[in-house]
Amino acid sequence: MTSTASTPAIDAIRRASTLRETLHSSFRDEAVKSIYAEATRIAGRAAHSSADRRLGFEQRIDRLLTSPLFGLPIMAALLAVVFWLTIAGANVPSAMLASGFFWFEDRAAAAFDWIGFPWWVTGFVWHGVYRGLAWVVSVMLPPMAIFFPLFTILEDLGYLPRVAFNLDFLFRRAGAHGKQALSMAMGFGCNAAGVISTRVIDSPRERMIAILTNNFVPCNGRFPTLIMLATIFVGAQFPPAFASAAAAGAVMGVVVIGVIFTLLVSWLLSKSLLRGEASAFTLELPPYRRPGFLRILYTSLIDRTLFVLWRAILTAAPAGAVIWILGNINVGGTNLAQHSANFLNPLGQAIGLDGVILLAYIIAIPANEIVVPTMIMVYMGTGMMSDVESFDDLKRLLVDENGWTLLTAVNLMLFSLLHNPCATTILTIYRETLSMKWAAFGALMPLSLAFLVTFLVALVWW
Amino acid sequence: MSAHDCDSCAVRSELARMGVNLDRFDRVVALAGNPNTGKSTLFNALTGLKQHTGNWPGKTVNRAEGGFEFNHVRYKLVDLPGTYSLLSASHDEEVARDFLLFGQPDATVVVTDATALERNLNLVLQVMEVTDHVVVAVNLMDEARRKGIGVDVRSLSRDLGVPAVAIVARTGEGLHALLETIDGVTSGAVSTKPLRVKGTPEFQRAVAELVPLIEQAAPGVPNARWIAIRLLDGDAQVEEALASGRLAALAAEQRQAPERFAAQIALEGAQ
Repeated sequence: MTSTASTPAIDAIRRASTLRETLHSSFRDEAVKSIYAEATRIAGRAAHSSADRRLGFEQRIDRLLTSPLFGLPIMAALLAVVFWLTIAGANVPSAMLASGFFWFEDRAAAAFDWIGFPWWVTGFVWHGVYRGLAWVVSVMLPPMAIFFPLFTILEDLGYLPRVAFNLDFLFRRAGAHGKQALSMAMGFGCNAAGVISTRVIDSPRERMIAILTNNFVPCNGRFPTLIMLATIFVGAQFPPAFASAAAAGAVMGVVVIGVIFTLLVSWLLSKSLLRGEASAFTLELPPYRRPGFLRILYTSLIDRTLFVLWRAILTAAPAGAVIWILGNINVGGTNLAQHSANFLNPLGQAIGLDGVILLAYIIAIPANEIVVPTMIMVYMGTGMMSDVESFDDLKRLLVDENGWTLLTAVNLMLFSLLHNPCATTILTIYRETLSMKWAAFGALMPLSLAFLVTFLVALVWW
Repeated sequence: MSAHDCDSCAVRSELARMGVNLDRFDRVVALAGNPNTGKSTLFNALTGLKQHTGNWPGKTVNRAEGGFEFNHVRYKLVDLPGTYSLLSASHDEEVARDFLLFGQPDATVVVTDATALERNLNLVLQVMEVTDHVVVAVNLMDEARRKGIGVDVRSLSRDLGVPAVAIVARTGEGLHALLETIDGVTSGAVSTKPLRVKGTPEFQRAVAELVPLIEQAAPGVPNARWIAIRLLDGDAQVEEALASGRLAALAAEQRQAPERFAAQIALEGAQ
């Protein structure tokens, strides 16, 4: 609004700027200074420190955890332990849940047949919707139920600000804000939550960088994909005793690649679209606090795990239905799923994947959690195998029946790491930036990057 | 001294947590404070809600609202994002500042960290520039004791001109005294005389001259004095808010219906 008319508001503002001239130029500095002086005086009178024990145990720990030499390796080791516990712990319960759910599917489908429902009702309900749900729950629940509490413990302990402290020099060199390490850490749980948490960054430019690059750390919806691939293709190369550790190492490697891409893209953005210098900031290192046991359980299991799982279920059920329909409507002797997969196949092959994987990613746009289940359902709908109850079965389905190679696994991991964020995250980017342009950029930039990187890897591989 | 035990049993007998049940409330209380001083922990202890807490500054980026009942008075409690000051323009500071300015809470509890009192008092003094009805909750007293730091809340109250209460939000220590103080300040039984940094005579004259102009430009706006100071400082955001009429609109918006906040809390489950 460019109103030159004299409204009371404009009058007040004009008068204020005239009055400002009459004041000593440093009046506000002086006011702030006197606030600080008052605070010092009052605190000095009210607080008494009997002994300076601050140079104690805690500070020695801090010096180690944030030391230039050991800070990063300790951080990497902690993360690796978290992944290892997640992978090693989730294997067995995942398999048990899967076999339980699929046992029930067989019985329920048989019961429907016995009652006399038409085949397509049974198929749609049990082999479509229910199977989608069963996959999501058995693949996602155990890793989340282990990962989230571990992450929450680190958060409550006060470790996250130390992470930001350790990574600050890297982000600053990339022209980004050191607190981006905090929003990045939140992104491990959920990228939408990570995007919201960028509000701690004051500068709009650096906040935009943090929003646009949050997607490059794998969220919890994508971890199951990474864990599955790492277990089948990396872990299986090692003797059973080391399989989990090797798989954890592979997941760790993917995460490191994600952090490298975060820094790289931040740097590119701060040299091009979002030009500018990194701003300085102060970050408090809070004291270490003993995490509350019950609160951790509540926060991580009820709020985080069930919340994410519920969202996955809401999208998995319709996706299961869509896949079943695609797999059971035949046009010219081939079902629609196969038609679409064949159509996408040249593009998929060019980047070392295949048509089914791309189809799965398209169906899974609402939520990344369901990529693997979608893929498996399309493969199963077209292949011979009717049941996948263990990672061995899965490996047979993927490698023996559908021709997956190590390249497929590597590129799928990279694609999963880099591709566009889920619909919820894109919507959150829009809500935080209030700009269609940036939301579209936040979706298309990672997608193009994913295609480019996987294409180059495939090119070099051959 | 068994004051601690008595405290928690009394809280249990008189405090009714109402969660997000905010249909009717008699008084509004805001929770402000530096980042990571335990505002959300106090919020959860009083409302029975499970707002996420985490040991890092910046955890709460939105404001969350909940309710509780004490001595038959229903309170709406608003948990604001932690801020070091009310001057800068980051999003979380804006959320906190807008609410203190226009939400007109009946009392503002500034949660402070007993182990870093001096830095925390900077914000207390700034909040006291915006509103009279301030209660200082000196939290994390257990950590302070462990570090050998003692805080004399009576000296603090005297110097600041507003009541100060020592608490440990995590265990519930001192909550009863805090609630009684909130009751006193919101009902007017306890009067406050917040310490204000006066400034030079020219400065005071300038503020006095601007206040009526601002009241004319944005009728019904509270804290005209504070806005005058910001205008003198050349705060572009405040200027813009005044010129566009947003200032008056904000005052209305901050008082809005409660269901939005219930939805917001549900949304924050994602974090």
